[in-house]
Amino acid sequence: MSGVFEPRRAVRSGLIGGLVAVFVSAIGMVVAFADRMLVDPEVVLGYVVIALVPLTVGYMAAKPPPPREGVETPRAGVLNLGTGALTGLLAGGLLAFFVFVASEVNVREVLQNVSGELLSIVTFHRGVGQGAFWLVLGGTLIGALGAAIHLVPGRFRRATVLAVAWVLLFGLLQTLIAQVFRGLKIGDTVNPFLYEGAGGLTIPGAIAVFVGVFALTAALEGQRQAFRRRLAGATRAQRRGYGLVALTIAAVILAITPHVLGNFLSEVLDLAGIYLLMALGLNIVVGYAGLLDLGYVAFFAVGAYAGAVLTSPASPQWDPEITFWASIPFIMLAAALAGVIVGTPVLRMRGDYLAIVTLGFGEIARLLFLSDALKPYFGGAQGIISVPNISIGPVEFVSSQEFFYVIYGLALILIYVSWALQHSRIGRAWMAMREDETIAEVMGVNIVQAKLQAFIIGAILASLGGALFAHKIGSIFPNSFSIVVSITVLMVVIVGGMASIPGVIIGALVLVGLPELLREFSEFKFLLYGALLIYMMLNKPEGFIPSKRRSEELHADEAAQDAWLRREALGETEPAPAGS
Amino acid sequence: MALLETRKLTKAFGGLTAIDGLDFHVDEGEIVSLIGPNGAGKTTFFNIVTGMIKPDAGEILVEGHDIVGLRPNQVLERGVARTFQNVRLFPNMTVLENVLVGQHTRTRSGTVSAILRTPRFRREEEQARERAKETLAFFGSRLVGYRFGQEAHVLSYANRRRLEIARAMAAEPQLLLLDEPTAGMNPSETQELTELVVKLRDERGFTICLIEHDMRVVGRVSDRVVVLDYGTKIAEGTYREVATDERVIEAYLGTKAAS
Repeated sequence: MSGVFEPRRAVRSGLIGGLVAVFVSAIGMVVAFADRMLVDPEVVLGYVVIALVPLTVGYMAAKPPPPREGVETPRAGVLNLGTGALTGLLAGGLLAFFVFVASEVNVREVLQNVSGELLSIVTFHRGVGQGAFWLVLGGTLIGALGAAIHLVPGRFRRATVLAVAWVLLFGLLQTLIAQVFRGLKIGDTVNPFLYEGAGGLTIPGAIAVFVGVFALTAALEGQRQAFRRRLAGATRAQRRGYGLVALTIAAVILAITPHVLGNFLSEVLDLAGIYLLMALGLNIVVGYAGLLDLGYVAFFAVGAYAGAVLTSPASPQWDPEITFWASIPFIMLAAALAGVIVGTPVLRMRGDYLAIVTLGFGEIARLLFLSDALKPYFGGAQGIISVPNISIGPVEFVSSQEFFYVIYGLALILIYVSWALQHSRIGRAWMAMREDETIAEVMGVNIVQAKLQAFIIGAILASLGGALFAHKIGSIFPNSFSIVVSITVLMVVIVGGMASIPGVIIGALVLVGLPELLREFSEFKFLLYGALLIYMMLNKPEGFIPSKRRSEELHADEAAQDAWLRREALGETEPAPAGS
Repeated sequence: MALLETRKLTKAFGGLTAIDGLDFHVDEGEIVSLIGPNGAGKTTFFNIVTGMIKPDAGEILVEGHDIVGLRPNQVLERGVARTFQNVRLFPNMTVLENVLVGQHTRTRSGTVSAILRTPRFRREEEQARERAKETLAFFGSRLVGYRFGQEAHVLSYANRRRLEIARAMAAEPQLLLLDEPTAGMNPSETQELTELVVKLRDERGFTICLIEHDMRVVGRVSDRVVVLDYGTKIAEGTYREVATDERVIEAYLGTKAAS
């Protein structure tokens, strides 16, 4: 028999998996998700969450070691299924044991969520004895299934996993997807087939999604590589052409998005967009310059209040009532000032100390706006109301669909600004400072200046987001600017990938937009954020979409290297042009 | 007038006097080696000259101007660049970017021109890249071509040392301070680097002061050798003079047993 059976790994992973399964059950996640149907009628989110545990640990435990040069590394085989099965067995067994204990002993005093309902759900409504049996058997089978993923030949593995993921996604995001099809004017034909008024995907619908995604992925496999290679080999003019095409497509998609998505989803995207604006700014401070700022919300608040005071007729003390557009320079000025105020005292601080002090500044900002002392100017707890809508001439941006254009228009500009700064003298100085502050200074970077610039520019970006927030909501209150905002923005930057603009964009859409769509999750949002952060720090400190060359340009690098070596071999002496 | 001159330079860390009233100078176009046993204060001397540590007393003159109290970046602007004993690059930046950071003080463009991509910005960026590539070409084919886009941490040890020198060269200093440029290199790499040090002076016009433990390197490149021990200069002269100096031998090998 081929493959390797690794009992030690299986035991370790299995027990960890069991603990995770018990944990998600005991905190009430399983119960909360039990009514959420993904595929009609049996696949509910609660069971999917439980099933994902043995699947994941089975997959992890049976993972063959990476191939190494010069060493015979064992490949995945039938015996790996045994590892996976044992892992799953232990994970399922631990959960079954927990169920058994919980049914005998009253643990609700400590674990409030371990209700009869939970036990009933986890035992598939079949009583403890039979339920435990099914848990162990199911765990074993699913664990083996997880291990079996390694046995599937490479090109189908990706396709299978992706197809399953998409089926689950279609089930999970049915409101979103149904709305998209309605927006695309094909809702009347597609939606009944997929969802048919049921709580989840219909079975034919699920099969159709699976087959569709599987076929598409399998067909496109290899195309991606080829496309990258072509991109790497392209001349500058060609590349500019590709860029223009991509930009046009992006612009068209952006233009039709709010109409396709409808009012509610546009609202969600607006919120994600405002976080995106902030995240782009924080990406400069944390991602480029390496200054860990935990009080970033302060700049967001400054922008919001500056915008509100300048434009609202209800501003308590001073109400110039200028338009949004006229207020922009003043908002930027106020933000720059705030950047200097926060930046100056922390110039000589590094790392942890900087984080703690900025955390303080974030709270100070909120408390100042809340305080009685400044109440005559900012309204204290009553905040500032009647912030007018933004308009260009006669066109007023009122609904969330219309506001979408303002937010994402600004986002496009700020994305460009981020990119331009990254690829410039000051961007390199920031990165050098992030890598090694002492050496950056020895190599001529004026640390004081570079840090202040990072703080000021980051503050300006956040303040623009804040001003849009004020106009969008129409009224602002100090409590909108709590530390949770800072932490969420930081999450977006870290999870997306520090210093990576695409990472920040995806991060904002997923981490801010998704929880809004999945209301069931909101209770567990910060738990999931925390778990995600720990996972990231352990396994992917560079983020899911790492900055530049580490992913995409790796291939470009290889291509450039090959080309260079070939030229070298032909004996041409002219220096090779760089890949850039 | 000497390019670099220190007068009565003193620095103590607590009770330990690392540099003790040191008078030292490097003339333009010279290659001066700074040698001495471990803990003699050689690297501390470099740290003080580049502004990383403030001296307790004494003067440091670059072309006659006192630079004591300047920040490291200001010292670099005055024309003193250095490398480090334990190579310190920017590991997650590309080879080219590392060298471009070295040019920081020789370029001007600010944030606004970077955002607007003004013609001046583009021109400066283009020139900076050209200059960086040209600087890297100094090391033959080792750091050119596909290497430009590689991150510094993937480079071999010897290439990291070369890149660090390139980064210092990019700052267009008059004086290059090299801290053990051949440390950890194999004999053929050492040989190559020895020739490069001479080339740096002869072809590129840098004045060089280096700390070195490999006496063959010292003997081959130095116009003048200065020996430090316990922060004071115990000998100075050509390599041959210094190598036979009794105090130097004593400092390295210890005192003969008292008879």
